[in-house]
Amino acid sequence: MAEGKKSDSDAIDENHRYQNSPEEMADEMETKGEKKYKDVDFEIIVVDDGSPDGTQEIVKQLQQLYGEDRILLRARAKKLGLGTAYIHGLKHATGDFVVIMDADLSHHPKYLPSFIKKQLETNASIVTGTRYVKGGGVHGWNLMRKLTSRGANVLAQTLLWPGVSDLTGSFRIMSDLRTSLFGRLYKKSALEDVISSCVSKGYVFQMEMIVRATRKGYHIEEVPITFVDRVFGTSKLGGSEIVEYLKGLVYLLLTT
Amino acid sequence: MKHIVKILSLLVAISAFWIGLLQAAIIPRSHTWLLPIYFVVSLGCYGLLMVGVGLMQFPTCPQEAVLLQKDIAEAKDFFKHKGVDVGSN
Repeated sequence: MAEGKKSDSDAIDENHRYQNSPEEMADEMETKGEKKYKDVDFEIIVVDDGSPDGTQEIVKQLQQLYGEDRILLRARAKKLGLGTAYIHGLKHATGDFVVIMDADLSHHPKYLPSFIKKQLETNASIVTGTRYVKGGGVHGWNLMRKLTSRGANVLAQTLLWPGVSDLTGSFRIMSDLRTSLFGRLYKKSALEDVISSCVSKGYVFQMEMIVRATRKGYHIEEVPITFVDRVFGTSKLGGSEIVEYLKGLVYLLLTT
Repeated sequence: MKHIVKILSLLVAISAFWIGLLQAAIIPRSHTWLLPIYFVVSLGCYGLLMVGVGLMQFPTCPQEAVLLQKDIAEAKDFFKHKGVDVGSN
């Protein structure tokens, strides 16, 4: 997937909310740094909440390799949560566009060029990934999980009329108890605007982000992406997660 | 305008239309009374249909898992040569 356009005026930041595995993050850096970004000026911001398994050491080594202007480590003292991680990372971002990704390869960086390409073609404010269209997809999901994902999405579509086909990227929380988002590319100004108006926590936060963006009239485009589960979790779908989700939907219904 | 206001206005408009039908008696009253139930049931069926269709069409990508493992192995190798220790989990 070669970069088609030379665009040195488009500086891109990537905010990585770090999860659990340094090796995964390093893998991500490699796929990105080496292969994809010859023509685009970029920096990678890693937000780490004091993870115990050596992430920061690895990031420092990567900084030796790629330069500290390319990889910025912005650590925080303790686990402070998803929304604040974004805001924290965003403060340090200097580019025109921001991509938010999880650092565990659930968002494969190989899709970044297609996100960038879409943005350049359409001048969209936000480019988000969708698993539900041709070219996208999932792997490692059983029927139950697909059913809940689809069901939740249809419910959200009916109630909220969001501008995107895939709203519930966070369905991983139901089986893995971790929040996971879709990688999304934002114009920096759009991201700042949307984040400042969101108030929920956890995975409802990321749904809120895209719904608020739709309400504010931002131009949102979608790109098919594939989603491979790295951890084949077997935890059950609990009733409490369903309740949380429904509460989130009602909240979004009433406040956006 | 908030989204909920839009939805409520839509519901009010539909209700007004329904009451209008009741008053005007174009359709026999007994049928008109049942209309809201028909509406809700068809909405439910439509929802279930969308879920079913979506489920059947859910794209899967088993080849991606293989590619991912390859990418990871490649990256690990790359880093080993450059002296970055990524450890193993």
